[in-house]
Amino acid sequence: MALDPSFVGHSYPPSPPYLVGREKIREFAQAIGADDAAFRDPDAAMALGFADVIAPPTFAGVIAMRASQVAFDDPALGVDFSRVVHGDQRFRYERPVCAGDSLVGVCVVEEVMTRAGHGFLTTRTELSTEAGEPVATVWARLVIRGED
Amino acid sequence: MTTSVLRLTVGEQLAAQTYRVTRADLVRYAGASGDFNPIHWSDRIAAAVGLPGVIAHGMFTMALAGRAVTTWAGAGSVTEYGVRFTKPVVVPDDEEGAEIVVSGTVRAVDDGVAQIDLTVTCNGEKILAQAKARVRQPGLGE
Repeated sequence: MALDPSFVGHSYPPSPPYLVGREKIREFAQAIGADDAAFRDPDAAMALGFADVIAPPTFAGVIAMRASQVAFDDPALGVDFSRVVHGDQRFRYERPVCAGDSLVGVCVVEEVMTRAGHGFLTTRTELSTEAGEPVATVWARLVIRGED
Repeated sequence: MTTSVLRLTVGEQLAAQTYRVTRADLVRYAGASGDFNPIHWSDRIAAAVGLPGVIAHGMFTMALAGRAVTTWAGAGSVTEYGVRFTKPVVVPDDEEGAEIVVSGTVRAVDDGVAQIDLTVTCNGEKILAQAKARVRQPGLGE
């Protein structure tokens, strides 16, 4: 099944809010061995000027992945997830994700391309607080391997 | 571990960071990230889809390189971060697992923001390409 190129520019409705928990951040930081105090101790994070414990940079990808699932699950867009390989990943931050943030993601299809029999899909997910404060932009480029 | 931040200078080589990744780490990352794709923990499934073995999550590898960046530049300093995944990291089911080495060079410093070019290898082979981070320098910008 081929990707539908007419989806470029298509924006999906906002995701349900993701409430960022302090313990979830600690769990994620521990899983990647990131032991800076700002990832686990609210006082250390506040001393840096943040509202609460901050997340390591790629934690935003966990939230964005959930928010972009709506695109991957859209049969009209046509992603065959059994053939997907993660190609590129990119983040731009207004500020780190903080415990207590309630983040909504809006997923936009930025690129749809077929080259050498493989499909390429880039999604851009804008993460912002429910109050509308932009926090991070997350790009994921997936390669959908062609039939062997 | 306090947040001691260094002022980065152009051309500076940042101290290489070495991270060992075992199957247990993949399981822990799966739980923490919510990515339970079985190619990251099941030999049977990995073989069925034609992989040489269980492989690390690309996002785990990216997270480890990001850990190096926050170690060098401080937690909360990162303003941009991007990578291309070029080679899977096979993690054997033994005590040694796989060893990932992250090194960095400060490519530019502009208006209080430093660009770090990252080299990330496993067994001497590059596993990420175009790996770059931008970090805000302490005392400048916000």
